[in-house]
Amino acid sequence: MGGKAVIILHSGDMDKVYSALIIANGALAMGMEASIYFTFWGLMRLKKGELEKGPLSKMNMMGAGKQMVKKRMEKAHVAPLEKLMNDFKELGGKIIACEMTMEIMGIDKEQIRTEWVDEWGAVGSYIHEARDASITLFI
Amino acid sequence: MAELEVDVRGQTCPVPLVECRKAFKKASPGDLVIVKGTHPASKKEIPMACEALGLTVLEIEDKEGGKEWEIKIRR
Repeated sequence: MGGKAVIILHSGDMDKVYSALIIANGALAMGMEASIYFTFWGLMRLKKGELEKGPLSKMNMMGAGKQMVKKRMEKAHVAPLEKLMNDFKELGGKIIACEMTMEIMGIDKEQIRTEWVDEWGAVGSYIHEARDASITLFI
Repeated sequence: MAELEVDVRGQTCPVPLVECRKAFKKASPGDLVIVKGTHPASKKEIPMACEALGLTVLEIEDKEGGKEWEIKIRR
């Protein structure tokens, strides 16, 4: 049983980055292929040292809410995003980085964790990737 | 035939599934993979993953009065 999951990560919020990486890792673990297309605020999380830096999508309260949720996550033994990203890559997950976002936000490749990126692309890359996918999500 | 142990006791979603997948990649066909965990959903989701991957679940056993579980899988 194969199949493919393709996720667009548009949000850079910590909780949504978790959603994307958990779902993508779940797909890989269950024998599917998985790709994540990082665009807009999501792309910011590919910058060096920024993976864990996103705010909480709700009740961030200038970072106080995020700190509280992070503590609760630690207590519940939730894996850090860095581990989920490394697992995703180890299991063959693919990362596509949006070139237009880089241009709009003025980001150079030197600012990005390029060791994670398999492809630099635009909408055509997403459609090409997703046209035969059985799961596709916009987060 | 080798035996691989995956200890994911105390770990939560999606780590038990992910660590199993890593072990299946490392193991050779015929090897025995023994997974020990505490995360309740993984107890039913690991067998679902095995079915999707075409692997045989030999045994699912509750341990420590139901607080832990152990799943034996033939790679």
